[in-house]
Amino acid sequence: MTITTLPDRVAAQAGATRPVSLRERLQDLLPKIVLAPSFVAVIVFVYGFILWTVYLSFTNSKTFPNYNLTGTRAYERLWGWTFESDPPSSWYTSITNLGTFGVLYIGLCMALGLLLAILLDQKIRGEGILRPIYLYPMALSFIVTGVAWKWFLDPGLGLEKTLHAWGWESFHFDWIKNKDRVIYTVVIAGVWQASGFVMAMFLAGLRGIDSEIMKAAQIDGATTVQLYRRIVIPMLRPIFLSAFIVLAHMAIKSYDLVVALTSGGPGGSAWLPSNFMYEYTFKRNEMAVGSASAVIMLMTISAIIVPYLYSELREKGR
Amino acid sequence: MKSIVKVFAGALLASTVMTGASLAQTKEVQMLHWWTSGGEAAALNVLKQDLAKEGYGWKDVPVAGGGGDAAMTALKAMVAAGNYPTASQMLGYTVLDYAEAGVMGDLTETAKKEGWDKVVPAPLQKFSVYKGKWVAAPVNVHSVNWLWINKAVMDKIGGTEPKTFDDFVALLDKAKKAGVIPLALGGQSWQEATMFDSIVLSTGGADFYKKAFNDLDEASLKSDTMKKAFDNLGKLKAYVDPNYSGRDWNLATAMVIKGDALVQVMGDWAKGEFVAAKKAPGTDFLCYRFPGTDGTVIYNSDMFGMFNVPADRRAAQAALATATLSKSFQSAFNVVKGSVPARTDVPDTAFDACGKKGIADLKSASEKNTLFGSLAQGYGAPPAVANAYKDVVTKFVHDQIKTSDEAVKQLVKAIADAK
Repeated sequence: MTITTLPDRVAAQAGATRPVSLRERLQDLLPKIVLAPSFVAVIVFVYGFILWTVYLSFTNSKTFPNYNLTGTRAYERLWGWTFESDPPSSWYTSITNLGTFGVLYIGLCMALGLLLAILLDQKIRGEGILRPIYLYPMALSFIVTGVAWKWFLDPGLGLEKTLHAWGWESFHFDWIKNKDRVIYTVVIAGVWQASGFVMAMFLAGLRGIDSEIMKAAQIDGATTVQLYRRIVIPMLRPIFLSAFIVLAHMAIKSYDLVVALTSGGPGGSAWLPSNFMYEYTFKRNEMAVGSASAVIMLMTISAIIVPYLYSELREKGR
Repeated sequence: MKSIVKVFAGALLASTVMTGASLAQTKEVQMLHWWTSGGEAAALNVLKQDLAKEGYGWKDVPVAGGGGDAAMTALKAMVAAGNYPTASQMLGYTVLDYAEAGVMGDLTETAKKEGWDKVVPAPLQKFSVYKGKWVAAPVNVHSVNWLWINKAVMDKIGGTEPKTFDDFVALLDKAKKAGVIPLALGGQSWQEATMFDSIVLSTGGADFYKKAFNDLDEASLKSDTMKKAFDNLGKLKAYVDPNYSGRDWNLATAMVIKGDALVQVMGDWAKGEFVAAKKAPGTDFLCYRFPGTDGTVIYNSDMFGMFNVPADRRAAQAALATATLSKSFQSAFNVVKGSVPARTDVPDTAFDACGKKGIADLKSASEKNTLFGSLAQGYGAPPAVANAYKDVVTKFVHDQIKTSDEAVKQLVKAIADAK
């Protein structure tokens, strides 16, 4: 309600000094009225449910939400699982996997995306065909990507079997069945899917760079490597920020890819925190522990994204 | 004046629409289930027709995503919103969880009239009766401790029915020497744990299984017998192919059907795959009890949980419950599903050899009190414990837990944690 009444009051105050036509007032209000429903939806369905989840994590909710606050037992249990043990706890596996997956996924996507964009930007023939070829994996859902790569990487069905059939008998690639390597197969599938998208972002950035600057640098005698390292890549900084934010949230919410590709991996060794959260909340009826893990995930994301956004935005403001 | 007429007309229209809607609701059952694949859907059609004869319609509650997990998530949302389906397919402790939350209906009247108390095995009633009230109608009884063997391969290697665990290992050795994959296993936690249920029963016997996996008695869980069971699981692990991890259960069954592998340890739903592949028991495949577990049945059961619907929808609900436990439906459905009827007085004439054995076994186990809930399938203990158990078993199978000493220690800890 406050959203619509506040501008009314402001308009009323303004009206005291100068008569405002209805048309002007409407023009002033229209964007706010149009935005109000989505604003309310975001407040309730995003921030409201975040608060609800935080609340649940302090209860002893099992199958159903339970609103009696019972303290921090859920967090104590998670904390007990946070450190290395033999055998590793599911939570420890999940968070270390997220570390491995997140760093490699974001790093490789950016590196590959940038490389592809620079190569495509060399005014080559057939760019119009090549660009969508790289971009289209993004149009697939994680489930499709996961299943396709599951078949491709399966030693009994895909790559290994094919190469054996072609005569390369010693070829051996069973990462998807190996508890220590399975998380890397998730990285491979994830990078395959998203790097084309990152490439498109960088390509747009490259096209936005003023060609005068490039020409000036070339006249000053800069080699191609110098040109990219000292001028082009630093100028792409805002693209790096956007790519990082898009990729980071995709890494953290990756759930379906793990399920489709590995069904959790041998002995649950491919779990990410989102798998842990779903398992505990919906399959094991430990809603409080699931909620607590969701809160920890949120705090982890905030700890990475907030300082980064803050520093980037402050720099822009200067 | 005109506007008043409009309002009246609107109200009249609204009221007729509403009575129409509620009439439709009282004459139909709203059903949440995930039996959508060929045979299962066909079997459910029998139930739909039975209900149609009595004048009740059938409405599936749509579930996005298909599987049981998605259905349970959808059910949770419906119940939280106060919009109860007439009934929902449910498993084990879920029924009790919902009953505890006070949302289940009461079928006691129907149960008395139909005499369910006497014909439904007592261990099943633990899940379908809550505090003296019938809240669910069991549809079938699956049993977990079966071996499924390809007969052609068995004949080729000259094997015979294994009666003890050692016999079983010897049989697997024979297969290995003959160059077939001895044991078809899907390396997913529930499949590994389902096999381990049978191993524990075989290693420790009926009383031990009950104490450890139904009563969660700590002394039994950390006993030497449990260690031996893990050792036995370790032994079986040597007979799987290197590519087993993550395999779906039906692909493992397909390996046995095609003769790539000798045997699968799986619940009786595996029979559905054999039947679908046009294989006949006795001539194409063999069903034996897991060695050393004859006379005991580890079960799980599908139930239709009945919700606390408004009074005008209860007649439809009672009709659904009656039809579900009718002998004709129990026979028709279970012949297709591979399971056995949830009441012990259904004639076994329509069933194949394996089904007949299953029915006889269930009856004798029910009389001798050797019918136990499967821990892996969520009928031994609540989901938190069952999943903690699956964690330990799968970590042992996949070498994250290296010794059976450690496995027992982890099992005790995980179960105590989850209780």
